[in-house]
Amino acid sequence: MGRFHRHDDGTVHSHDHDHDHGHDHGHRHDHGHGDHSGYATGTERIEVLEAIFAENDNRADINRNAFQAHGIRALNLMSSPGSGKTTVLGATLDELAGEFAIGIIEGDIATDLDAAKLAGRGAQISLLNTNNGFGGECHLDAPMVNRAIGGLDLNTLDLVIVENVGNLVCPAEFDVGEHAKAMVYSVTEGEDKPLKYPVMFRSVDVVLLNKIDLVPHLDADVDTYISRVREVNPDAVILPVSARTGEGMSEWFDWLRRFARAT
Amino acid sequence: MHELSLCRAIAGVVKTHAGDRRVDVVRVQVGALRQVVPDSLAFCWTIVRDDEDMPGAELELEFIPAEVRCRGCGQQSQIESRFSVACPQCSSADVAVVCGEEFMVTSVDVT
Repeated sequence: MGRFHRHDDGTVHSHDHDHDHGHDHGHRHDHGHGDHSGYATGTERIEVLEAIFAENDNRADINRNAFQAHGIRALNLMSSPGSGKTTVLGATLDELAGEFAIGIIEGDIATDLDAAKLAGRGAQISLLNTNNGFGGECHLDAPMVNRAIGGLDLNTLDLVIVENVGNLVCPAEFDVGEHAKAMVYSVTEGEDKPLKYPVMFRSVDVVLLNKIDLVPHLDADVDTYISRVREVNPDAVILPVSARTGEGMSEWFDWLRRFARAT
Repeated sequence: MHELSLCRAIAGVVKTHAGDRRVDVVRVQVGALRQVVPDSLAFCWTIVRDDEDMPGAELELEFIPAEVRCRGCGQQSQIESRFSVACPQCSSADVAVVCGEEFMVTSVDVT
């Protein structure tokens, strides 16, 4: 089990053994040859300076180029679990599947429940389960989406919507090759979420503030939700909607039409 | 789960640079605006480094404070709050993040 300690220069690191802190071990971070007990001579420092997401971002560019080569616009749709993302998508297909040829990449940890809800509504669907390894990935990354693209006929599509795994943390970090990011944020989640998950809220181009039909039953008001989003993301388009009643959804459909037609 | 994915990505970067040599130290820069929990990252690293055949590799984290430049008042300031990137001088949310989003492997020590 790693242990952290913090140095005066602000660095923190872990060791797989406990240090005896009864002494001042004067740990420096220049790691010159032979200055660090326990290191064999011959230690070489390699400057790396490589973004940890560089490989993912390269693969994301490959996806984006594949979409562009086919004249397709791609949207990465994210949210917490239970925000109504699949209901929004279903209503979106019912409205727009006649205007655009739409492909859905459906990220789900273990089931095909969401894919089943969207089946038969005029879109191609490629299901991507993420339950490999440690109990299921919490996000889609670019290589996963690359595999899912194989389940779509890109030659026939205008718009691809990637329905990410429901999670406000991890999906924000991974570019999957989209041209824009959207999120569904429902008024039942609490107005503090933009402040608690700023990376997600800062990353998106459009926020669908969903379930506004429930506002009369909640201690919630739409203006507070909007101002909390604005605190972390002054530029996002914010659209109050109810995917259930259809209220406000025409604004979303128009946004998506403009997005799909942009090149 | 998040930190496990991040550790695998870190190991991927390290391996391309270290080749067959033994990895002793991995230095990672983490900006304050990244959602990285240090204890969780350290724990996941102990799992991933064994799996990736670099069992002796220590992970050293360097934290980068967040700074924003305000389009309202023109000032550049370090932000203290974890919850908002608003300008500490005038509270405007119309800011450009100058630093704090770093997440990179800066160097590795190999033998």
